[in-house]
Amino acid sequence: MTPQALAELVKRTLYDVAPDLEGEAIDPDIRFNEQFEFDSMDFLNFIAGLHHATALELPERDYQRLTTLASAVDYLTEKLTEQGKVRQ
Amino acid sequence: MSRRITYREAIREALQEALRRDPRVFLMGEDVGRYGGAYGCSKGLLTEFGEARIRDTPLSEAGFTGAGIGAALGGMRPIVEIMTVNFSLLALDQIVNTAATLRHMSGGQFSVPVVIRMATGAGRQLAAQHSHSFENWYAHVPGIKVVAPATVADARGMLWTALEDPDPVIIFEHATLYNDEGEIEDSGPLAQPLEGAAIRRAGSDVSLITYGGSLKKVLAAADELAREGIACEVIDLRSLRPLDDKTIAASVARTHRAVIVDEGWRSGSLAAEISARIMETAFFDLDWPVERVCSAEVPIPYPRHLEIAATPQVPNIIAAVKRALRR
Amino acid sequence: MTDFRMPSLGADMDEGTLVEWLKHPGDLLRRGDIIAVVETQKGAIEIEVFHDGVLEQTHAALGATLPVGSLLATIRMPGEVPAEQVSAVPEPILQPAAAVPPQPLPSQAKVSIDVLGQFRITPVARIIAARSGIDPGHILPGSDGIIGLREIAQLPQQPPKHRIGIDLDEMRKAIAAAMARSKREIPHYYVGSALDVTVMSDWLSSENAKRPVPERILSAVPIIKACALALRKVPEFNGHFTDGRFLPGQTIKMGIGIALRGGGLIAPAIDMMEMLPLDDIMRRLTDLVARVRGGRLRSSELSEATVTISNLGDDSADMVLPIIYPPQVAIIGVGQIAVRPWVVDGRLEPRKIATFTLAGDHRVNDGRLALRFLKAVEQYLKKPEAL
Repeated sequence: MTPQALAELVKRTLYDVAPDLEGEAIDPDIRFNEQFEFDSMDFLNFIAGLHHATALELPERDYQRLTTLASAVDYLTEKLTEQGKVRQ
Repeated sequence: MSRRITYREAIREALQEALRRDPRVFLMGEDVGRYGGAYGCSKGLLTEFGEARIRDTPLSEAGFTGAGIGAALGGMRPIVEIMTVNFSLLALDQIVNTAATLRHMSGGQFSVPVVIRMATGAGRQLAAQHSHSFENWYAHVPGIKVVAPATVADARGMLWTALEDPDPVIIFEHATLYNDEGEIEDSGPLAQPLEGAAIRRAGSDVSLITYGGSLKKVLAAADELAREGIACEVIDLRSLRPLDDKTIAASVARTHRAVIVDEGWRSGSLAAEISARIMETAFFDLDWPVERVCSAEVPIPYPRHLEIAATPQVPNIIAAVKRALRR
Repeated sequence: MTDFRMPSLGADMDEGTLVEWLKHPGDLLRRGDIIAVVETQKGAIEIEVFHDGVLEQTHAALGATLPVGSLLATIRMPGEVPAEQVSAVPEPILQPAAAVPPQPLPSQAKVSIDVLGQFRITPVARIIAARSGIDPGHILPGSDGIIGLREIAQLPQQPPKHRIGIDLDEMRKAIAAAMARSKREIPHYYVGSALDVTVMSDWLSSENAKRPVPERILSAVPIIKACALALRKVPEFNGHFTDGRFLPGQTIKMGIGIALRGGGLIAPAIDMMEMLPLDDIMRRLTDLVARVRGGRLRSSELSEATVTISNLGDDSADMVLPIIYPPQVAIIGVGQIAVRPWVVDGRLEPRKIATFTLAGDHRVNDGRLALRFLKAVEQYLKKPEAL
């Protein structure tokens, strides 16, 4: 996987959680809950979607790094690189 | 070229052909020579083949069946005719304890290429001692093959194949079939295989499984049911040992319902064996419990109306099919 | 026969539009089955039946807008004979010969739904039903009480799923009507406390750390459960104010305020909340939120909650003063959990704090009860493992 592919994966996961967002532009640095009125359940569904797609453990203490598109891509890149699954 | 002949003529032609083709073949039994056979199957054969090959025997089933087995062991190809299956019980020891076992007991050194023909079944008002259906007694026994030609073509074609078989073959001829007519195709090979069931009529609603003398009743029931929009598949078993499990299971998988028509008594019948095999091979395809139409558990009665009432008839078969279809 | 009528899905509902029949005449109905979809101001609602039986006849046409209480269908109850079969006389089967001993055939006399509890299904029908994802318990047996290929073949083709989004304008009107009535009729009072939820929050973190993502629990879940348990101790807040008097609820059927993106709010209810384990509440909540978003709620979830909770959630605001949903007599508001400076044993410490408020109907209860409720919630949240 490449960082571009990871960004696509994060967006896809967002759209799955909130199909009504499909096609809307995502600002990479604004938190999802401000940008899209995400509530706790939406956010947990988003985390579950990422977990399903990447098999990463995604502990609660790391949730704060998954609150924007940019930080989520950074976080996933870092974790997947540790597992040798990302080509820079 | 096809021509129409009776079942009896088909048997006689088959005997004649065998006697002409192979000098080792001879026919023996009660009244087969001068009288021409209790059911007239060997009329005229004494004149053509002489007393050495068309042999009248004393009324001793154990004796002449045993003699036939001995001749087969000695290299001949005997055809033993027993007047009815009821009388064959006298020869049961020879057939079951001797003919069926010798290949195994000799470690494969001896084979017993005997063919035993006998009439079976009810329908001619011959009363209990001449009318029973013991086919399943023989079909139970390893070491022999048991066939029941139900059509003229099978009556004509199975005898030669049976004679070529190295092991004992028992041919059951239902007594009500001898006068029935059917087509024979002379242009092709006449010989018919011993094994394998035949689908006599294709249909998608129910599999009717039968053999021998019941086939014509089943076909008549299927005709009548077709007028009510019920499509029956009719399977003629032809071989009672071995049974053609594949054809039966494939048919039931298509139709999801099975009705077995067997003139034997229901308890311990061939129908029971076939039913068990359907459970084993097609249980999950079934849309109704397997139905059996068998004879009433009484010695076959003499009076006409009671004989009819005691044996499978078209209305019973139709009723069983309708039960299976929940109509 | 029993009549099935347009249900009331809340005090503010006067009528509904029938948009889809999910059951058809002849279909077997089990209590809880969804029989139809009705469009209301709250969106498309799946209407459930409350009886076992067979759908005898439908009386309402698709697209019809009908007032609450209108006849939608008649249901044949267990033991009743369908109209067309009453006069049918079973034909005797002639047995031409005595070849077949009597068969243990099922009765052909009448359809009796009494036998449905122990219906019989043929092997091939069972397999086809399983492959098609049909519950055999939802197939109407033949007149002999048996499910075979014929009954499978007669199943109505599944109609295409009717998906209806929520009409936000209609919902706005419904909320306006209900809230205006509430503020007009109900003399609200508000009591609130900032509660230290550190113990619960830390316990949940350690619990979630042990669980894979799909099994993790939101902090809303122990909060909801603690409130439900506290309501059991203070039952004066759980029930309805109808015809001038308070009728306590038999169970705690708790409405949960779920906001919709783009505006609007729905409060579908989960019954017997006080009895459910946390995992169950989480599962039900996840399902409910998904169906609220998809505009696919069930009638039982929308009718007659006995109390409502409005939980603002993470990263929101500290406090809410909610408005009671009539005919309920109380609503609970919960603000975000935030780390605040807090005095513990005379020392200042960072603690996790959430503000709980209760709005009560002063015609029915008063502030002292609210205090008891808030204390009870606090106690339950101190022993989260017992929730």
